[in-house]
Amino acid sequence: MKIEITNGSLLNNQGEWQAFNSIQITNGSISSIYLNDSTPDASFISDHHIDAKDCYVFPGLIDLNVSLRDPGYSVKGSVASETSAAAAGGVTTLCCTPETDPVNDSEAVTKLISKLAQTSNKCQVLPLGAFTQGLKGEQLSEYASLKQAGCIALSNAYHPIKNSAITKRCFEYAKTHNLSVFINPIEASLHEGVMHENHVSTTIGLQGIPSLAETIAVAQLIKLAEVSDVHLHLSQLSASDSVSQVEAAKAKGINVTADVAVHHLIYTDEQVENFNSIFHCLPPIRSESDRLALLKGLKSGAIDAITSAHQPHEAAAKQMPFGESEPGISGIELLLPMATILNANDELPLTEFILAMTTRSANILSLDKPEIVEGKTANLCIFDPVTIWTLKAEDLLSKGKNSPLIEQQLKGKVKATIYEGNISFIAN
Amino acid sequence: MQSSLQLTESGRLKHFLTISGLSKALLTEILDTADSLIEVGERQIKKVPLLRGKTVVNLFFEASTRTRSTFELAAKRLSADVLNININTSATSKGESLSDMLRNLEAMASDMFVVRHAQSGAAHFIAESVTPGVAIVNAGDGWHAHPTQAMLDMLTIRQNKGQFEGLKVAIIGDILHSRVARSQIRALNTLEVDEVRVIAPNTLLPTQVESLGVTVFNDLEQGLNDIDVIIMLRLQKERMHGALLPSEQEYFQLYGLTQEKLKCAKPDAIVMHPGPINRGVEIESEVADGPQSVILDQVTNGIAIRMAVMSMAMSGQTETKNLLAESAS
Repeated sequence: MKIEITNGSLLNNQGEWQAFNSIQITNGSISSIYLNDSTPDASFISDHHIDAKDCYVFPGLIDLNVSLRDPGYSVKGSVASETSAAAAGGVTTLCCTPETDPVNDSEAVTKLISKLAQTSNKCQVLPLGAFTQGLKGEQLSEYASLKQAGCIALSNAYHPIKNSAITKRCFEYAKTHNLSVFINPIEASLHEGVMHENHVSTTIGLQGIPSLAETIAVAQLIKLAEVSDVHLHLSQLSASDSVSQVEAAKAKGINVTADVAVHHLIYTDEQVENFNSIFHCLPPIRSESDRLALLKGLKSGAIDAITSAHQPHEAAAKQMPFGESEPGISGIELLLPMATILNANDELPLTEFILAMTTRSANILSLDKPEIVEGKTANLCIFDPVTIWTLKAEDLLSKGKNSPLIEQQLKGKVKATIYEGNISFIAN
Repeated sequence: MQSSLQLTESGRLKHFLTISGLSKALLTEILDTADSLIEVGERQIKKVPLLRGKTVVNLFFEASTRTRSTFELAAKRLSADVLNININTSATSKGESLSDMLRNLEAMASDMFVVRHAQSGAAHFIAESVTPGVAIVNAGDGWHAHPTQAMLDMLTIRQNKGQFEGLKVAIIGDILHSRVARSQIRALNTLEVDEVRVIAPNTLLPTQVESLGVTVFNDLEQGLNDIDVIIMLRLQKERMHGALLPSEQEYFQLYGLTQEKLKCAKPDAIVMHPGPINRGVEIESEVADGPQSVILDQVTNGIAIRMAVMSMAMSGQTETKNLLAESAS
């Protein structure tokens, strides 16, 4: 398979856009790059030509936290549907959470997911193994076999762990097997509500989840990571004080990294004022000061990465009173239009968003640096940043249409995604 | 708050979901309408034809005797046909979804749903899902709102005090879990009373309660100083669990309204309670049955307020329907 991309701007290693005449891809790898001062090899005959005029070309995104819903929740999503959605979002690598049915706490489930992903062949799928058996927070999973079967790290998938002694032992056992732990920090006893605890929850009478439910857990987890020397990755931070704690831990040299869900960078709890269940997510979207602290943390490096925290749901899961609806946003296909919103508001430059979802995510997973250089595997996203369009539910390839952006006017659209030298998505 | 959901284009009521987003003029109109309907209850034949031929469904997902009965009486006095449906929430969660149930009831040509539900926002959800022409009246949703209770309290205050300007009102008890308190605070502030106080221990106050427009007192005697209207809230027995309160005894000792404590308020202060009363927990019998108590007036006013709100929302829906028909033709 030979692909030629012409006349766009590529993201170079200095984090700058550089105009190019042609990127040629042969048998999965980038064979040649011709910048705008060089003439492409005319003898290259491509099977596919992608005109990237006015488009940006950058390494495919890496999404650290995606619910594929497979096996077990086929009404919400499948490996086939959700990896197609990932490709449509410009993603070429994703980590899938262990919250499946059965839970991914065994070699068999890990292998099943990997096999389904290979069949679909839309992106690289790196399963996260369950931190405890059945995600019950009680007993260690078989980390060695999970690793052997292909799990890249372990995750508690937003399930609380019963006590600190169990967390400590899990960290020690993970360190034994040199596995990273992806933990959603939650102190279960403070986590009874359905939205951020603040004046909005007080006004509308929904039970609030205080920031404390996260920040107390962050403090404990950092201490336990320090002692066990495991690589702790804190998933989906939502509170301002969590950011300061991670910053301080990093300054102390503790092996901790963190990510934030893209919707936490854009929305605040004010969105919940009309009981719109689309904004019911966990951790809850918090106040404006939290949102600004998360953005600041991304810029300072306290927060390393951005994730979609993709949670597809069938329509019925959201068609009920707020507190009874299921939490989560279907976000993987709309990462870049959301990045465009942040860029347009001067809150986060597009290049920093991309960096957080490429190089910095790769570092967390100890993957090769994603870059556009000759000889590298061709994992690329071709993004048109100017097209203005209105999102319809049926446009989404994900089974989950639970996005706050439905019927909204968006700017920027993924034109094509290339995964290991094949076109995994191309816009109509 | 999304005011357009409960108002027609011309600003009239078409659902009654929350006090939030309603103007002082509209609240006053509700009170005036209720005033004019009070005499219906005193007639030999207690009926007016405002809702004749309409079907009102009382959809109660939470147990209630008093509120449901007053809604039923109100609808019957307006000449509507009434259907009472009591649903055990756990039964619905096992089977039919709320949306499906609503579609079925709509197919029976219902004109109005009076809804009580344990989830905050349930009435909003239903108002957003029903077809135009069907009115929703919120009879209490979670901790969010109980707007007819608040309005009957406002009517009782106006009857006794004549006006809202200059009044100091104290709400005492479990503000955290109270939809009644949230609606009362909103209504009192919209009607421009002088001051709304909440009196409770911190465990029964929601985060940033001041943002509702209240001043906070932990001490009952201090909080009652110079007060015109005292509103006691019912204390649920389950608040003795989960470390919210140590015991009923200590609560009564600190926050129970006794004749002695009542002396801290103005001599002509009125005492209100949404019921049912826990005598000896939040209020002493001598006070509940005493000369300053207007608790039974509240019950009588409840029927008039519900008649007012139901007839206003139904006429708002008729206006909307007519507009839709016009634009279709």
